[in-house]
This record gives sequence, structure tokens and C-alpha cells, in this order.
Amino acid sequence: MSHGQSRDLAHIHAMTYDHDLLIVGGALNGPALALAAAHFGLSVGVIDTVPLDTYKDPSFDGRAYALALASQRLLKGIGIWSKVAGVAEPMLEIKVTDGIAGQGPAPWMLHFDHAEIEEGPMGYMVEDRHLRPAFMEAMEESDRITLYAPETVTAQSLTENGISVTLASGKTLTAALLVGCDGRKSGTAERAGIKRTGWTYGQTGIVCAVAHEKPHGGVAHQFFMPHGPLAILPLKSNRSSIVWSETDARAAECAAMDDATFLEVLKPAFGSFLGDISLEGKRFTYPLNLTLANSFIADRIALVGDAAHGMHPIAGQGLNAGLRDIAALADVLRDARHTGQDIGSPIVLSKYQQWRRFDTATLAVATDTFNKLFSNDNPLLRAVRDVGMGVVNSIPALRRNFVREAAGLTGDLPSLMRS
Amino acid sequence: MTQTTVDPAEVAKFEAMAAEWWDLEGKFKPLHMMNPIRLKYITEQIAAEFGRDLDDDKPFAGLRILDIGCGGGLLCEPMARLGATIVGVDAAERNIPVAQAHARQSGLDIDYRWTTAETMAAAGEQFDVVLNMEVVEHVADPLAYLTACQQLLKQGGLHICSTINRNPKSFAVAILGAEYVMRWLPKGTHEWSKFITPDELYDLIRKGGLDPVDRKGFVFNPVLWTWSISDRDLSVNYVTASIKR
Repeated sequence: MSHGQSRDLAHIHAMTYDHDLLIVGGALNGPALALAAAHFGLSVGVIDTVPLDTYKDPSFDGRAYALALASQRLLKGIGIWSKVAGVAEPMLEIKVTDGIAGQGPAPWMLHFDHAEIEEGPMGYMVEDRHLRPAFMEAMEESDRITLYAPETVTAQSLTENGISVTLASGKTLTAALLVGCDGRKSGTAERAGIKRTGWTYGQTGIVCAVAHEKPHGGVAHQFFMPHGPLAILPLKSNRSSIVWSETDARAAECAAMDDATFLEVLKPAFGSFLGDISLEGKRFTYPLNLTLANSFIADRIALVGDAAHGMHPIAGQGLNAGLRDIAALADVLRDARHTGQDIGSPIVLSKYQQWRRFDTATLAVATDTFNKLFSNDNPLLRAVRDVGMGVVNSIPALRRNFVREAAGLTGDLPSLMRS
Repeated sequence: MTQTTVDPAEVAKFEAMAAEWWDLEGKFKPLHMMNPIRLKYITEQIAAEFGRDLDDDKPFAGLRILDIGCGGGLLCEPMARLGATIVGVDAAERNIPVAQAHARQSGLDIDYRWTTAETMAAAGEQFDVVLNMEVVEHVADPLAYLTACQQLLKQGGLHICSTINRNPKSFAVAILGAEYVMRWLPKGTHEWSKFITPDELYDLIRKGGLDPVDRKGFVFNPVLWTWSISDRDLSVNYVTASIKR
């Protein structure tokens, strides 16, 4: 990776641009796209607001990602997986349970086992502290990627044959295509005049990690509690990551508690199946809302991940959906590059939009419906979902389909996500 | 015409026409819709024939390519981006400054000329690749024309030629559909009697001195509104590759 000055290589790639591709946002989606694009020969600039070494802090903070199998394949394809495979925990089973208010989880009702599909585990749990440094290291290893950080984009405008971005430092960068990986409050989308549709859930996600007495056996649990779902996801050794969705008021109460008090509140919901539990790392809270960009593309602009679709993180599908955008966009850009087309042309970008927009809207609505159905103590809804879960669980083909869906193996798979 | 004697008003006019050529929703929309699939076939054939890796920077560097009937430069610009030395010729004089104006906007170096394949061949010009896309159905003497294409190739050179089949379906799709119903193309763009079947084209290419090695169909799906390459369906648009041995 070069740092700003040495742009010689970039000039070889594109006679008239600083880079073929400029990416705003260096968290996870930005680097993943940069690496995928560098693999098929594009020169890439990544602009991030935080300093380079921010992501190198290795202390355990409790944040982790549930990577679907399809996402793991993408990471393999772009050279990230080999760096995190040793610290990833495979998810071998998923158990979905309907919790009863005040009584903790009921006996499990839906059980998905990776043994029902031939592709392997449904996914992997990878901690944030391992994933981010792996991305940084891979970008440093690529001579096609230049990182501009800490930098903030202050303006973007179309040029005769490309797009120009102005940074807070005064530097101006040009490219054929600008991709916004800058999250649900995407400045890239806002500057392009792309409006958003969204709503809030009145719920907040509490994320933390717990250590427990008994081994988790690679099983992920999702308890549907009356106020919102509680996910328990297996980490390395006797640790699990927790995503607990609660009403905003209740979550604010929890946030104000000290660790000991919070643990006493968590225990009844968590249950005792893993023995005694204790808190590890920090606690994080995320207000849950859904925001969809009305378009995923504009002139010489594409949106990826939360910038295009910020989703309810109920099934850990946020990062997975973002990586799916990246794999699809990488396919489209690779075809364009291989055929000498302008990678920022509307004909190229509309292919990406067609591929991803329908998929994403479907997932967002399904997740939303799922959450409304399960975050409810209404006896009628309860009966409906009990019957539904029973039906799914008793039909192997249907269950297999759910497993493949959870593993991200359904639909029109981009090439980076095929085995 | 040189840069210094250019009339600014003329430049503005040609830039407007270039914009028309490159307007994806404009009168060349059908060509733009079809262009990615043509480019896919062309680039894969060239990469295979000359042992190039499309993941490389400038994979076509060192190759001299001629595009006959270059129009606004829809094929020339991609070839230039891939690193080829590209010459675009068109029999329509007004297309040349239009294509030049757009190449300038795109920052690409392309040699556009107002001339014909026959004139180029007579001058002894030589190329590694001759692109002959949607032209042969418009020429008066296809055999003489294809012979000129052969003469323009170096030994081992690649000739890619696409055109439209002649059968009731191609009449319905290419003339009634594209020209009269969809109004994609001006009426009278095509004369159905000039359309050539794949077997006739293979025969003409052989007579012209080239060795045909591949043919595929370009198939439009009116439901998905997409083009694809087909091994079997050559019923309307199709493409051939041939080599100068």
C-alpha cells in the first residue's frame, strides 16, 4: 500500500484518473471491496475518517460478526480468510427458541444443523478485533490500494469523464467510480441527492460477550423474547457473543446499570444451559432502525452495505448483505474492466442495482416481518408462530432450505461466493 | 484537420453529436444494450488467440486493432482502454470528428480515419485484429469486402465478424421489431435481402482467404431485456471468428 505521494502505479492504470475506483469508508465493506477490485486489476483509493492504526488495537472488546458461509467464501477469495481462519469459530447448529415472558427460553423448537447441507458449517463467528487488522494487513500488502486516512470528504462533483472528490485536507482525487461504504448516514449518498426511506423499531440492540462454564459446542441460539430477540453466538473457547434487542427505554435502563446489575438482568433471559456466566469486554448499544436508499446508484456513484440498506441486525445479516453487495459489484466491475468498458457508466452500474436492490428490499422486509411476529406476546401470534416453527422443523426439505438461506447460499450467487 | 484550425462552433456541434452517439437512452440505445455482449465475445477471442490475461494491466498492449464502421467509437474506446493500438475507420465522414470529440473527453488516444477497408488494404495497412461488426450486411459486394479484411490482417491475425441471419424470424425481429415496432432503428436501416446466413458467411470468409474457427449467437431476451451469447441460437444476430493462416 502506498500513502498518498507515490501515485505512479495509479497513473499507469488510468490515464486520466488518480484511481479507477474511490471508496469512502474503511471499516469492513470498504476494504473488502478494495481488495476484490485490486484482485482484478483496478487501482483503488480508500478514504477513511479514522487514523490508520485505530484498527490495530488487539484488546478483546466483545464485538463479533456472524459470517455466513457465502461471506466466508468471499473473504477466502480476497485473501482475508487465511488470516482469521485460526481464530474463527464455526457455527455448526442454529437453535431457535420461543421464550416466554418471565420464564426464560422454552425448549428449542427449530433446529438447523450444518449436517443437512454438504457445504460445511453454516458460517463462522469472527471477532471484530481479528477481522479489522486482517483487512488492514491485506490492504498494506496490495500495491494497487492507497489509503487516505484520517481524511474526510467535503465535496464530490462530476467531471467531464469521471468524478472528483475534495478532502478536508484540500487534496482532490479523481476516479471513474465513487463507492459509498460510509454507513447508514452515508455522506456519499446525501451529496448525490439520494433520499432514504426508513423507520425505527423503538428497539435498541445490546451487544456484549459472556464467558460461560460449559462449552457451547458450536451452537448458535436465537431466543425470541417478548420484548425482542436474544442471540447467543459461539466464540472461541468458552465464550459467546450476545445480541439482545430490547425496547429503547429498557435498553437505556440496562446501559445505565453496572456490570453486576446487568448480569443479574441478563441471566434469567440467557438461562442456565451453559452453566454460570460472567461478562467479558465492553457493552455496546445500537438503536435499531431500517434505512433503505431510494436508489443504490447515481451518476458515477454506487452505494454498498449500510449506505444502501441499514438493516435490523436480528439475524446477523447486515455485514453478510454488505459483503453480498460487494461480491455482486465486484462481478459487474470485473466484467466491465475485462471488456474495456467505463466502470462508472450507467450501463455498468444499473446491472449492480438490478442485481442487489430487489434482493435487499426482500430481506429487509422479511427481517422486519420476522421481528414483528416474534417480538410479541399476543397469544394469537404466538399460536401462529408455534405452528409455523413446528411445520418448518418437521419437513427436512424446508429445514434444509432455511439452513442454506442462513448460510447465504440461495439466490443468484456472485462468483466470489461460489465454492 | 489539425487542432489549431478547428472552428469552435464545429467542435461544439460534434460534441453534441458525440453525446447523441453515447446517450444510453438515445437513438443508439439498441447498440449500447448489445455492446457489452459484443465486447465480451471480442475480448475473450482476442485474449485466447493472443494468450493475454484480462486481469493484467493493459492486456492488449502491443496489439494493433482495426475497427471497421467505428461510428461514435463504441468498440474503439474499450479496445484503447485495454491497451490496444486502435484505428477506427468509418465511411461516413461526419462520424470521424464525433468519435474524436468523445475520445478526447474520455482521455483516450484513438486514430480515427474517414476511409474504407478497401482503401486501407490497398495502402498495405496491417493489423493483428480486424473488427467487422454489423457492417457486412450493408456492403454492396460482401466477397470483395471480406477479401479486403483478409488483406488487412497479419499472418495469424484474428477477424471477428458479426451480422444478421436471413430467415423469417430475423425479418420479424430485426426489421419489423427493431425498425417499425420499437422504432429502435431508423426505417430502412436494413435490407432483409442483404442479410447473410451463417453458412453463407463461413463460405464467403473461406473464399476471402480466412479460416473460420468459431460462431456464436447473440440472443436478446425480451422479458429480461438482456443479451446473451448462445452456442446454438444463431437465428437472428450472430458472430464469427476466423484466422489468417
